[in-house]
Amino acid sequence: MGLLDKEFNDGNIVITKTEDLLNWARLSSLWQLSFGLACCAIEMMAASASHYDLDRFGIIPRPTPRQADVIIISGTVTLKMASRVKRLYEQMPDPKYVVSMGSCSNSGGPYWNYGYHVLKGVDRVIPVDVYVPGCPPRPEALLEGLLKLQEKIRHEKLTKQTA
Amino acid sequence: MKTSEEIYNILKEKFGEEVILNFNTAEPIDAIIEVNPSKINEVSKFLRDSEELKFDTLMLLSGVDDANGTKVKDENEIETIQGGTLSVYYHCHSMEIGHKVTLRVSTPRENPQVQSVERIWRAADWHEREAFDMFGIKFLNHHDLRRILMPDDWGERYPLRKDYVDPEYYNGIKIPY
Repeated sequence: MGLLDKEFNDGNIVITKTEDLLNWARLSSLWQLSFGLACCAIEMMAASASHYDLDRFGIIPRPTPRQADVIIISGTVTLKMASRVKRLYEQMPDPKYVVSMGSCSNSGGPYWNYGYHVLKGVDRVIPVDVYVPGCPPRPEALLEGLLKLQEKIRHEKLTKQTA
Repeated sequence: MKTSEEIYNILKEKFGEEVILNFNTAEPIDAIIEVNPSKINEVSKFLRDSEELKFDTLMLLSGVDDANGTKVKDENEIETIQGGTLSVYYHCHSMEIGHKVTLRVSTPRENPQVQSVERIWRAADWHEREAFDMFGIKFLNHHDLRRILMPDDWGERYPLRKDYVDPEYYNGIKIPY
């Protein structure tokens, strides 16, 4: 986009497309719902902390779904939790995004066959934008997943509803 | 310090053969004292209050499906177990004296009822709720016997029983992979 390299010296005018501007604004301040489920949440917290520093991508935890843009399903979703996850997702305002983090929320993970209490993939209750594989994924993997999500938002069309 | 055998002899002398059913030394680690399920509360109270035993701690209370009934297949090839027993194991420890003992009660699978020891060792409260949740063992005189882990609307299904089969749907969510 080149907003900052010109340092407002060229007559204070920047020309862009509305779509690009909106997408740029959205992807640059993805507030994630501060919400964790299992061991993946530890890696998610590590990714948020100073060493990996999600904040440099504008991703900060927001402890209310009403002001969050992205929900990271970080861990095993039990059947009991599934309805709660769904409710959290429904409380988020559009546009909203879902990152499924780790094997459990991707597909049930180690509980795929004998887990009587585990939802076999969070995509059975809410639509997922990015799947991050791993058990649990390292913070770098989560970072890449979020960058993929930013890439996805960058190419969104105003005329096409996504969420 | 008392061995399991000495504890068994003390209990047998106090309660008789109607209550203290058997002394099982065949298990690899712990000798197990088998107790009548309708008298386990009295035995536990004695274990706790007796001056020479002083079992002040219940380390663990766990349900077990013995799966020793007959296996029956229905027309859909789904196997269920009929007859046999469900068991509850009690691992007690005396902090003061330093000895341990293992108790077992066995109760019929079709109508599993065991006296609660929740008033004797408060640790048993949630352990009994878990055994109820996973195996459907009813603990008589428990003050709050409801599911602890599974959802409240899970129904009459007990997931750790050996013949448990996943339902197809729970609240509209497909369960099998």
